[in-house]
Order: sequence, then C-alpha cells, then structure tokens
Amino acid sequence: MGSEINRRDLVKRSAALGLVAIPATGLLSACASSGGDSSGDSTKPTKGSTSANNPFGVNESTGLDVLIFKGGFGDDYAKRFEALYNKEYPKAKVSHNATQNITGLLQPRLNAGTPPDVVDDSGNAQIKLDVLQKADQLTDLTPLLDAPSIDDPSKKVRDTLMPGTIELGTIGGKFVTLQYVYTVFGLWYSNKLFKQHGWTAPKTWADFMSLSGEIKKAGISPFAHQGKYPYYINVAIVDLAVKHGGLDWLDRLDKLDETVWDDDAAKQAINAIYQIVQNKYLLPGTNGMTHIESQTAWNQYKAAFIPCGAWLENEQLKATPSDFEMTFMPMPSLPGDKLPFEAIRGGANEPFIVPKKAKNAAGGLEFMRTMLSKAGATAFAQSANSLTVVKDGIGDDVQLRPGTKSTVTALKAAGTNVFNPTYLQTASSLDIDMGNASTELMADRIKPEEWLKRVKSATVKAKKNA
Amino acid sequence: MRRNSKYPFIVGFLIVPVALYALLVLWPYIQTFGYSFTDWSGESQKMKFIGFKNYSTLFSDDVFRKALWHNVLMLIFLPLVTILLALFFAFLLNVGGRGGTAGIQGVRGSAFYKVVFFFPQVLSVAILVVLFEAVYRSDGGGLLNGILIKLHLESANNPTEWLNDPTFVLWCIMGILVWSGVGFYLVLFSAAMQSIPKEIYEAALLDGAGRGQTFFRVTMPLLWDSVQTAWVYLAIAAMDGFALVSALTPGVSYGGGPDYHSEVLATYLMRNFLYLGKSGYACAMGVVILLLTLILSIVTLRVTRRERIEF
Repeated sequence: MGSEINRRDLVKRSAALGLVAIPATGLLSACASSGGDSSGDSTKPTKGSTSANNPFGVNESTGLDVLIFKGGFGDDYAKRFEALYNKEYPKAKVSHNATQNITGLLQPRLNAGTPPDVVDDSGNAQIKLDVLQKADQLTDLTPLLDAPSIDDPSKKVRDTLMPGTIELGTIGGKFVTLQYVYTVFGLWYSNKLFKQHGWTAPKTWADFMSLSGEIKKAGISPFAHQGKYPYYINVAIVDLAVKHGGLDWLDRLDKLDETVWDDDAAKQAINAIYQIVQNKYLLPGTNGMTHIESQTAWNQYKAAFIPCGAWLENEQLKATPSDFEMTFMPMPSLPGDKLPFEAIRGGANEPFIVPKKAKNAAGGLEFMRTMLSKAGATAFAQSANSLTVVKDGIGDDVQLRPGTKSTVTALKAAGTNVFNPTYLQTASSLDIDMGNASTELMADRIKPEEWLKRVKSATVKAKKNA
Repeated sequence: MRRNSKYPFIVGFLIVPVALYALLVLWPYIQTFGYSFTDWSGESQKMKFIGFKNYSTLFSDDVFRKALWHNVLMLIFLPLVTILLALFFAFLLNVGGRGGTAGIQGVRGSAFYKVVFFFPQVLSVAILVVLFEAVYRSDGGGLLNGILIKLHLESANNPTEWLNDPTFVLWCIMGILVWSGVGFYLVLFSAAMQSIPKEIYEAALLDGAGRGQTFFRVTMPLLWDSVQTAWVYLAIAAMDGFALVSALTPGVSYGGGPDYHSEVLATYLMRNFLYLGKSGYACAMGVVILLLTLILSIVTLRVTRRERIEF
C-alpha cells in the first residue's frame, strides 16, 4: 500500500519535471524508468466507426507506428505490409522502425506508456512474452480472430490459420500474440554433397551414426551446431525426446513436470546427442561458433548436417553456393519412438503483438488482418523466403527456393504429426539453464547423467517461478 | 553589500549544471533504490513492495556470487597488469634509453611507439568485439588458433575454443581490456614522467644508479599521484566488463558462459533486468554494485595515500 502511494508521488513529480525515460550511462541508471502512467488516455484517437471493411473501427487519418525485428527475415516484408495498409488507409502516416535490439527500443516506450501500435517482438533481445503478459502490456487479439478475412469476408480470420497458431499465441488464457511465420525444425544438409558422395539421408539414429562414420572418413565433419547460442542444440535434444516419448511427454514438459527427465525418452535423446560428441563427429570449433560462423562453415561443405529452423535458407542466402540444394529432414528416429520419422517440430513463431497502451491499437489489429490476407502471405514468402500461418496463403505463381520447397514437402509428409513445445514461452529460466547444461555436454565437460540432473533441477526452479 | 550579492551570482551559475546532474544522475540512482525494494517486472508500472527480499535472495544466489568473484579477479589483475605494463613502457619510452651521453631520453623510435601503443585506445568497443572475435575464433580460422596450428602446438581437429573454455574465457576478456587500456595509461604516465626534472635523473646517474634503481627510487615515487588515479579508474573499469562479456561469450542473452564462467555482475544484472523480467531484483544488484564501487574507490584512495613529494 505505502509503496503504491510513493509510486504515484514519484510519477507525478517526474511528470511535472517533464522527465522522459533516460537511457543512462552507468549500471545503476540502467534501472531508471520514467513514470508513464499519467500520459496516454487523453491522446487516444477518436475511434472511427466500425463496418464490414473496417471491423476494428480504424480512424483513417491516425498514424500507425510499426516496430520490426530485423533479423533472419530482414524487414523488406514489413515495408510491403505497410504498403498494403497504406493502400487501404492512404491518409494514415505509417512510421517504420526496424532493429535487432527490440528490448532497447520497446522497453522504455512501454514504461513511458507510449508504445508502438504493432511490434514484431523477436530475436535475441526480445522481451519475453510471458513477462509482457504478466505485466498486462498486451492487447487481447481475440477480435482479430473473429473479424472477417480480407480475401473472403464470409470466413472468419480464425478459420484461415494453420492449426496450432491460436494455441501458441495464447498466454494466460488469452490470445495475445500472433505468431506469424510458420517454421519447421530439423536437420539440414546439402543434397548436392550427398549426391556427389552417394549418401542417402538417414531415417534412424543408428543409420545417422553409421553415415556419420562414412562422412568423417570422407574428410568432412558430420555435424555442426551453433555453439555460442545453445538454443539450437536444445531444439534437437528436445525434439528427439518428444518423438520418443510422444505428445504426452511433451505435454508434461510444457507443464514443467520435472519427472520427464527421468523417462527413457529423455535419457535416449541425450545419450544419442552425446554419441556425436563421443565419436568426435562435431565440426572442430563448432562449440564456440556463432550461428553465422557455423552455418557458413556448413555452407562451405565443412560439415554435413546442422540443426536449424526454416529461416536458415533466408539467413544464409548470400553464403549459400547456387548449386547447394539446401534440404530439410526431420530428426532421425530412436528405437521405440512413439511418433513416426516424419514427425517434426513445426509451428508458428515470430511473435507480433499490439501493446495494450498503443495509441492506434485498432490500426495495429487491422495491420495484422492485412498480414493474414493472401496478399500479405505472398509478400512474406517472396521477400523473406518463408511460409506463414495463413493456410494455403501462397498462390501457385510464387517461386520457392529449394530449402523452403523441401520444408513444404516435409510438412505435407508429417500430416498431423506436428508438435511444438510451449515451455520456451513460459519458462525463460529453464531455457537458460538447459542451454548452459547443453554447452557443457557438447564440449564434453559433463556427461548425459549430469545433464539430466541439471535440467531436472532447472525445471523445478522454473516451476517455482512460474 | 558586496558579500550579499556574491551568492546569487554563484547560484546563478550553478543552478543549471546542478539541476541537470540531479535530474540525469541522482534521480535515476534514487529510483533504483526505490525499485530494489519491489518485485517490479520492468515492463509495466505495476509492482509490489517486498522490503529487503531481493537483497536476501541476492546473498544466496550462486550465480551472483560467481559473478562477484569474477569481478574481484578482474579487480586484482586488471589494474595490476595494466599499470605495470604501462609504467614499464612509459619508462622505456621516456628515460629508458642509454644511447648518447646527452642525458635522459627514451629508447630509439619512442615517438613512433607512443602512437602504436595509444592506437588501441582509439578503437571503439564495437571494433574491439569484431577484432577479437577473429582473434579468438574457435576453429583454425582464428588468429590464435591459426598461429598455434601453424606452429604445430595444437591440431586443427582439436582447436582451443578460447571463449568456450571455462579456464580461458575470463582471461581472454581481461586480455582485451589490458590490451586496449595500456596505451592510455602509458600516455598518462609519460606526461607525468616528462614533468619530472631531468636533473634528478642526472644526479641519480652520476651516483651510478642503474635502470632498475632509477625506476624504483626516482620515477615511481614521483609518479605516485598518477598511479593512484589510474588505479581508481581501472578498478571501476574492472567492476564493469559488460560490453565485452555480453558480446563475445556464449550463453542465452548477454553471454556470461560457458556455464557462467565469464559472468560478471553487469551481465547478470542485465539478464535479470531485461530477459527474466526480474527488474526489481536487478535494481537490488545495481545498488550492491554501487556500494561496492564506492567502498572500493574510498579504500583505494585511502590505502594509496602518501606524502606528496614536491619538486
């Protein structure tokens, strides 16, 4: 209670001084935020009236403030979305900001109460969605789901989305984030290299190991990973375990049930990954490499396989030889797997949000509705070489690159066997702790038993904080 | 009459800078103290007062202790190594030469060396990061590994992953800090040495003092003020280390890896502040760092206080 009053006092005083968030020098001042609660309401634009074409009541002359994470997908696609939005609302001034450092630009504005209208909150410096949701900074996007689709007004937007999109965007019981890009995760190889040596992509882990032996004999390292960022190897480990333990296992992991790490699924998965380390199948130095360094070495045929999501092709566009034939494959099967070989981690990512205090929240929602049209999906596929959550969103006239094409094939083969963990969104600390354990395992500084023990206690810790 | 009008005059000059200082420096500090007693998530203005809980958690936090230990290591080695190297080079550049009989001078080409040594100081942190990413690169393509492989000191199949090695990583970071810092202190000490009258050296020479004796008996005592200043600056730098650790070392959000082996207080603070949504906790950390830095500066100034030698 007392602090609440103090806080208000502080807010008033800082507002009186005209204090706006000050990016500060030195450590301590990094903690300073401005009092922002007092601003806001009076500046809300008058809402336009709603209609079939304008379900959210966008005021046609209100500007739209867009903040985009400029990572593997670049930001050209966003400019095309903005053009689409402008076609609808020519009077609206759209301001475009693109950055790698989302937190740096977004956090002060959230605290000051003047956030952008739509944000692509992604990348290494994203603000975690569970954190934002707990802080009540996200607009409920359910109206977007119930709005008519731009391509076919008789359909609701929710019926035009790939399965899983709504579940994944739901945090704390509310649909608050539109995970826009549809990505599959697995291993990647160069089909050209494989044809040249007469290798075939392995389906079981045993085949994968014996092929790795052959690859090593040919003077190529069988496996590379993005060692500086343990996220990638975590994906490979967890996916092996999910395919072995089935969807129940994944469900328990997502609920942060620490006993999953005692299961055979977890043990087999981590032992399998450790075989790569033991047999010295790793690209020398890969444990210390950034994603770009390791992926580029892979592009130079120094390594045969690398784990990654489907953004890989776009990210490596410049480094990939034109005859590389980038090809995707699911994680190989362990003996006794509950899910078939074709099963893959697939799902929406690249979270777009509308901040709760956005001035033009209606415009933000409308921007998203534009993204979810066929024109939006096509624009994305063309400028970012990736699929979106819009079902059948890409016309036949759109030419796809080989890697993307192979993911479409894999997705079709997988059918309903597509899974997607959600613990990453809800348990940030588990992600960090698992990453540290994996770094140690890949460098052969700890053994699989120790990995399991550490991740188990990290799960307990994450559950306590949740 | 005169006396009365003096104060408005002084106040008139001081009010703007003091107000700016209060607004831009003191106010954020005070806010941080306030936030450190809350469970602020960092993403909104909602928070609860939780008293000293953040501070008590801090003392049982293993990672925090590890980070603190790393800062202590840096505190010991960074000033020591940097100052010794800078003094050594400055001595050679200014009074180390024994060429002619014309008196006191530096080694041959000292003007050129001065520029060379100062050069790293001109580079921004971003350039340092790019540069040392290439130096420490974990495969044969890295400068260090490349040299070691060429000299057959290690095999190309088993290169040292410098920044992913628990024993090396912190020293690698300190190496960069020393490399980039020596030049500045060299120039600082050079300036101080040049203000030492040559007669003192000549007298020492006439009495038959060697280089070592000249250095310890003449140069050091007369440079004490500069060394003291350098020590305080370097100690404060050692409490930081954020930019290099967060950019160069492995780990999720702001580095600090492998497995916290290069974690410093600043990176751990930032991870809590931004990534884990524990901004209140991070503010408590900030307060502790402030107190440590303050204590450190006071202690350093007290311990190194000596009688000033007039010349």
